[in-house]
Amino acid sequence: MPLQSLDIVRRSATTLPSPEVRGAHTGQVAKLIDTTKCIGCKACQVACMEWNDLRDAIGSCTGHYDNPPDLSENSWTLMRFTEYENPKGDLEWLIRKDGCMHCADPGCLKACPSPGAIVQYANGIVDFQEENCIGCGYCITGCPFDVPRISKQDKKAYKCTLCSDRVAVGLEPACVKSCPTGAIVFGTKEDMTQHAEERIVDLKSRGFEQAGLYDPAGVGGTHVMYVLHHADQPMLYSGLPDKPRISPTVSLWKGITKPLALFAIVATAAVGFLHYIGVGPNETDERDEDAARRELEKTP
Amino acid sequence: MSLQPADRIERYRAPVRITHWIVAISFVLVAVSGLALFHPAMFWLTNLFGGGPWTRILHPFIGCFMAAAFALLGVRFWRDNAMQQSDWMWLRKFNDVANNREQNLPEVGRYNGGQKLLFFVIIVCLTCLFLSGIAIWRQYFSEYFAVDLVRFGSLLHAFFGIVLICAIVVHIYAAIWVKGSIRAMTRGWVTPGWAWKHHRAWFREVTKGIQQR
Repeated sequence: MPLQSLDIVRRSATTLPSPEVRGAHTGQVAKLIDTTKCIGCKACQVACMEWNDLRDAIGSCTGHYDNPPDLSENSWTLMRFTEYENPKGDLEWLIRKDGCMHCADPGCLKACPSPGAIVQYANGIVDFQEENCIGCGYCITGCPFDVPRISKQDKKAYKCTLCSDRVAVGLEPACVKSCPTGAIVFGTKEDMTQHAEERIVDLKSRGFEQAGLYDPAGVGGTHVMYVLHHADQPMLYSGLPDKPRISPTVSLWKGITKPLALFAIVATAAVGFLHYIGVGPNETDERDEDAARRELEKTP
Repeated sequence: MSLQPADRIERYRAPVRITHWIVAISFVLVAVSGLALFHPAMFWLTNLFGGGPWTRILHPFIGCFMAAAFALLGVRFWRDNAMQQSDWMWLRKFNDVANNREQNLPEVGRYNGGQKLLFFVIIVCLTCLFLSGIAIWRQYFSEYFAVDLVRFGSLLHAFFGIVLICAIVVHIYAAIWVKGSIRAMTRGWVTPGWAWKHHRAWFREVTKGIQQR
């Protein structure tokens, strides 16, 4: 670990506790993204590039506003634009800042086979520690939000860190600092939930009856939350999953299968061992050789 | 003329033996690297391959190599492994098999029911491991598959990997249990008594030529 952190509550592929004496006693953190205030300026993308020293390759226009077209190892956050025609026939421009949701129950961490390649801090941030990453891509398989990306260059997985380096020294994430409309705010999860509630009351008074907070319980809640005008249809926002959760297939693969498999292998070997001790080997002796000889003599 | 106990009956010719041991060695490597990536308790085994990333890189290549080498064996063994009525009978009398009571068992050809079953278990496992392995091979192929398919492939890959490992543990134990088997695959021959005891129908078939000499 580049900076020793004493607040790791979960560590991939690890059974014993990690250094975790420092808790989040002032509350876990959360980033609240208010899609209703977002103007799509992409300042957050620039701030992310700048703070994290990332430069994605210059791509080409794919016919929509999303630029770059997708998250990548060099683009940890991305504004996704959707043109939605509401039932009244009006156009709504739904803009969602995509990136890691920092799940309380992270599918990436559950799927990761490499000890310490993915950690979760007491404050709720889920962080990749690339020096431990083996490049298998199981985090992609485990993620319910399709966030991690493997670098073509170094075969390591990357994603938004929620600026864990900044947060560790009491700063807000870079994207939050850059947002000109205050659509992105950062604080304790409790404060952010409360702030969201005020926003939702306001939105409802302005006719957005279905406005609500996106903090999906299926993944234990997230440390990146959205205020949505249409919280009843999150899929409208470039496919934000309606009820995300760790896929049952992944839970099975990374859950009961592991101890059962080890048990099956050890049990098979143990049965063999006990059989050898109990029944003993099957040996060919002189009588068998004699019988073979007799049979050959007997038959013409 | 008659066969002397010191005489040998050839069971596996050199190319088959060599192929078998190529498969066996690749199996050990692929199983150890696979277990290392499957269960954190065995992640330390990645050290044998030069660390986590090297294990991740090598495992699929070794697996493909093993599958290809096994295909050679499979083609050669295919005909002798067709399940027959007497093989099912043999399997039903498993209690006699386990207790070394050959006299109660139907006559066995070149392979017994258990060996044939193992042969098909290996074929099914390798086929499923290969197909699911392609889907979860992130570096080259995963991007062409939907994530749910990759998830299902990961589960299948683990499942069939474990079934195959258990099957091979049984295979290895059977070789330790039935004395004379290992020599058949290392040196290539068995004694007439061994053939008479364990594979009587095959013994008669191969000794026919000797009789006529």
